[in-house]
Amino acid sequence: MTANISKRNSTNSQSAIGAWWKKQSQNILPPLIAVVIFLVVWQLASSIGLVKIPGPTSMVTEQRTRIYLMYPFFDLGGTNKGLFWQTMASLQRVFIGYSLAAIVGIALGILVGTSAMLNKALDPIFQFLRMIPPLAWVPISLAALQQNQPAALFVIFITAIWPILINTAVGVQQIPQDYINVRRVLRLSNQKFFFKILLPSALPYIFTGLRIAIGLAWLAIIAAEIIMSGIVGIGFFIWDAYQNNYISDIILALFYIGAVGLILDKAMGYLQERIVPNDKK
Amino acid sequence: MTYTEKTKKKTTRSKSREAFLTIEGVSKVYPTAQGPYTVLKDVNLTVNEGEFICVIGHSGCGKSTLLNMVSGFATPTDGEVRLEGQRIGEPGPDRMVVFQNYALLPWLTAFENVYLAIDSVYPDKPEPEKRAITREHLAMVGLTEAADKKPTQISGGMKQRVSIARALAIRPKVLVLDEPFGALDAITKEELQEELLKIWTDHRCTVLMITHDIDEALFLADKLVMMTNGPAANIGEVMQIPFPRPRDRSQIMEDPEYYNLRNYALDYLFRRFAHDADEE
Ligand SMILES: Nc1ncnc2c1ncn2[C@@H]1O[C@H](COP(=O)(O)OP(=O)(O)OP(=O)(O)O)[C@@H](O)[C@H]1O
Ligand SMILES: [Mg+2]
Repeated sequence: MTANISKRNSTNSQSAIGAWWKKQSQNILPPLIAVVIFLVVWQLASSIGLVKIPGPTSMVTEQRTRIYLMYPFFDLGGTNKGLFWQTMASLQRVFIGYSLAAIVGIALGILVGTSAMLNKALDPIFQFLRMIPPLAWVPISLAALQQNQPAALFVIFITAIWPILINTAVGVQQIPQDYINVRRVLRLSNQKFFFKILLPSALPYIFTGLRIAIGLAWLAIIAAEIIMSGIVGIGFFIWDAYQNNYISDIILALFYIGAVGLILDKAMGYLQERIVPNDKK
Repeated sequence: MTYTEKTKKKTTRSKSREAFLTIEGVSKVYPTAQGPYTVLKDVNLTVNEGEFICVIGHSGCGKSTLLNMVSGFATPTDGEVRLEGQRIGEPGPDRMVVFQNYALLPWLTAFENVYLAIDSVYPDKPEPEKRAITREHLAMVGLTEAADKKPTQISGGMKQRVSIARALAIRPKVLVLDEPFGALDAITKEELQEELLKIWTDHRCTVLMITHDIDEALFLADKLVMMTNGPAANIGEVMQIPFPRPRDRSQIMEDPEYYNLRNYALDYLFRRFAHDADEE
């Protein structure tokens, strides 16, 4: 009896997996095959000397890289740490710089968005500064702040703030006239206007800015760390490996960077979906 | 300085004879790329307290512009609009508007939309009272069930009901409606007309309502304001609608006078002030 039930259960769950696979295989198989083909081509290209970098198997065959691959959590002090800690150090900088950018960007964006005068005056400046790539900010922020850590944070900040600021300002300017009319006829207090109309109305724009900015911030930290020597961080790790000609280390680090970037973007996308009222037309 | 003195003198002088709502010598000129465009010229109208006024006229003649000067969203280029002797300068909750496209906040529920209005107009009322007023007005338009729904989850007719509940809940002196039922199907429209009439009978606020529908106007209004065509439109005629209240739709439609009035208004609109579209 019991055996019978458990048997039926197991067949049930098996068929459930089968059904799931039937539904998802369309989505999973093509990218999986593409990745495999890519890795194989790469391996072949490097083994016949077509490209000068080691193939993907070097992650395992190269002993030093294998250690980095297998032990992401080691910590031998100084900059000699596993890739998990290197990544965490970079992420922490991104988190601080990005949070500052979000706070200042949203606040300034609201200010600029509500004042046509300020917008006229400042928008050209923002549009101009927005075009300066993160790397170009590194020397000037190093010169201004003298130290690696604050300079790195500043580079993140200055890279991430523009999309947040500009999108917030646009979001505030885009508040439909109908809602402004409701504010005027009801004589809503500024506080009520802010929380009941301005913020919910601009929120989708703010989140678009935040999502663009998180990607930029992550790009910027890597760029910044490559130039700032002697700090723990995945960017400097790459630079250090390059100086020592540890190419396979670099490739492994690139996987970390790509994965973290992807996670950051997806996390923001998830937050966006959860927080932004999806009943907004 | 002289200006305020002048208006003060005027209001004190005319206080005893001042109508509830006065539109006096109002013109509206919009600056456009082709030069100034006169929408309304020297419009005069007085409205008594508690009257139900409908405004009819061809598209683009300036009905919304006229009512916007009552609600305060537009200011007259010349002349002035006074409510109880006070010159109207800007929008305020004493002249609440039911907007053409509802203007409900989509992130708030029906209840919250109405509550927000009450809360900002009567901030000092205790919260239970404000909630009670909200519930009462939602019930009045038959939305008790849908109170916790967001505007996107309800039909156009229900949205307009919320909008009406929101407008009435703050006890305006004047209620301004700009084609409130224009987007609704015939049945919903009749339902809402009847609800509005019932609520107005209980509330007796002054109503100014734009409509394109003569039957609607004849059913609802005490007076029908018929406008001439733009540019430089004016009030051509004001038609008294004498049917006794409370009104019953089928009953007034049996009255021969109904067709006299209806034909008169149609004749006015389509013969004497036929729209330019015919000539185009
Ligand atoms: N801000 C503005 N600037 C310039 N012209 C305007 C402006 N607002 C309205 N007008 C013009 O004034 C005229 C009257 O507009 P209004 O909206 O009052 O018409 P209406 O009678 O309400 O028309 P409808 O029945 O289509 O709503 C129109 O010709 C319109 O183009
Ligand atoms: Mg109009």
